[in-house]
Amino acid sequence: MKFRAKIVDAACLNHFTRVSTMIAKLAKTCTLRISPDKLNFVLSDKVASGGVSMWCELEQANFFSEFQMEGVSAENNEIYLELTSENLSRALKTAQNARALKVKLTNKHFPCLTVSIELLSVSSSSRVVTHDIPVKVIPRRLWRDLQEPTVPAADVSIYLPVLKTMKSVVEKMKNISNHLIIEANLNGELNLRIETELVSVTTHFKDLGNPPPASGHASQDHDPERMTEVHVDVRKLLQFLAGQQGNPAKATCNIVSNKMVHFDLLHEDVSLQYFIPALS
Amino acid sequence: MPLLTQPIPDESDYSLVASLDNVRNLSTILKAIHFREHATCFATKNGIKVTVENAKCVQANAFIQAGIFQEFTVQEESVTFRINLTVLLDCLSIFGSSPTPGTLTALRMCYQGYGYPLMLFLEEGGVVTVCKINTQEPEETLDFDFCSTNVINKIILQSEGLREAFSELDMTSEVLQITMSPDKPYFRLSTFGNAGSSHLDYPKDSDLMESFQCTQTQVNRYKISLLKPSTKALVLSCKVSIRTDNRGFLSLQYMIRNEDGQICFVEYYCCPDEEVPESES
Repeated sequence: MKFRAKIVDAACLNHFTRVSTMIAKLAKTCTLRISPDKLNFVLSDKVASGGVSMWCELEQANFFSEFQMEGVSAENNEIYLELTSENLSRALKTAQNARALKVKLTNKHFPCLTVSIELLSVSSSSRVVTHDIPVKVIPRRLWRDLQEPTVPAADVSIYLPVLKTMKSVVEKMKNISNHLIIEANLNGELNLRIETELVSVTTHFKDLGNPPPASGHASQDHDPERMTEVHVDVRKLLQFLAGQQGNPAKATCNIVSNKMVHFDLLHEDVSLQYFIPALS
Repeated sequence: MPLLTQPIPDESDYSLVASLDNVRNLSTILKAIHFREHATCFATKNGIKVTVENAKCVQANAFIQAGIFQEFTVQEESVTFRINLTVLLDCLSIFGSSPTPGTLTALRMCYQGYGYPLMLFLEEGGVVTVCKINTQEPEETLDFDFCSTNVINKIILQSEGLREAFSELDMTSEVLQITMSPDKPYFRLSTFGNAGSSHLDYPKDSDLMESFQCTQTQVNRYKISLLKPSTKALVLSCKVSIRTDNRGFLSLQYMIRNEDGQICFVEYYCCPDEEVPESES
């Protein structure tokens, strides 16, 4: 098992840092999946701990100038590492404005992801900062829990509004209730709603647009005004929204009635899928 | 305005209708008195008064005159209800608490009358939030009977002069002692905490002193825990009037200028701390 990669381009480096910051906000611990073409950050919570799952994917070629890896075996040319997301994002924060960044899988008494950052300096001498991030190598028999989640057939798909507005609304709603209802229809309308004994609050977003339905999907014959709803834990939705910086190029919300909500985001060339299960 | 397109009953069905182009002109003032969960609202044709009380010793009133609103109608002589202020503030700031340049949140507020919820329609950038907050039985509020004819001493200060003093109050002291006098030390704030006593004097001719009308020396103590919440109003205000009456009751009136340059007032009344006999302390 081998892995070493290098980033030299400043824009790629900053972008990679931003991705790691986002991951740290979305998941405390995550799995880094390394394959010859792609890097994935994976979270698949057990139902007991909330059941949120995340699948973030980036093409290694868009970030790394050098990328070498050798998986567990020739047939299973992949590596799965479990790490604390914040350790990676903290290490990468020192890489801002750095000249180069190297990532390497090492074994220093225990397996580590070694991040070496070559910093710019005024004098000719170069300075290198090295972070050893402890990782757990995930054995093959556990890989099947960490595969790309299958996207369920949604009852309604809708484009998301400006995430910043959505975040401030959800933040305030969280102060009032921990149970939030997301509802949307095929007429480009999305509502966020909370209801308690004391107060009911509904925020209406409209003219959001709906992505074209997947061919042959049943939802086409559905009344466009009819709302499909899902009840979720406010804190989980807020965690997802708080992790987003800037506005993604594309953001879709897919609702499976009373089952789950799936967010599909594209930030430049990084795709993020986030699944929040419905509260029963 | 998209707010008007909301399906709402006939205008005349409401005992109170108020609309505002900038919700922060209301929410900022209400935050200044938000030291308890519940508030009582009184609306008359002159505007809305919101009252919060604590321990039957302190009362804060925020006045939002009818002129602050773009539309303000009250059908009855007066409309009174009690509401959860924390929830009301969360609703009013649903689109964010800090101002974003170039965007304003508009508000339309309707109340049908006794037993009905308070309806809020908020709009920002085409996004509409509808809130329905249940109202409660209004409670009798305290009458401090603070009458200007009984005022003994009165000082008007620029708020910045008091801001630092209040934010650095020694909270280990149980009381804040206020001395107002026509003679030295004129105006003194004293605390008696674990680390010793501290006295802060304001000279009569200080630039911060806008007006000084003290006729008689008065030394009164007020529970510091009751006065501390008024710091919220103090930080927003530009001027503060400090008055004491013949019973030692304290009135603090804060003049607050909103984002549109209009003036609102927030007032705190506090009763003096009773003298505790030596043997008990």
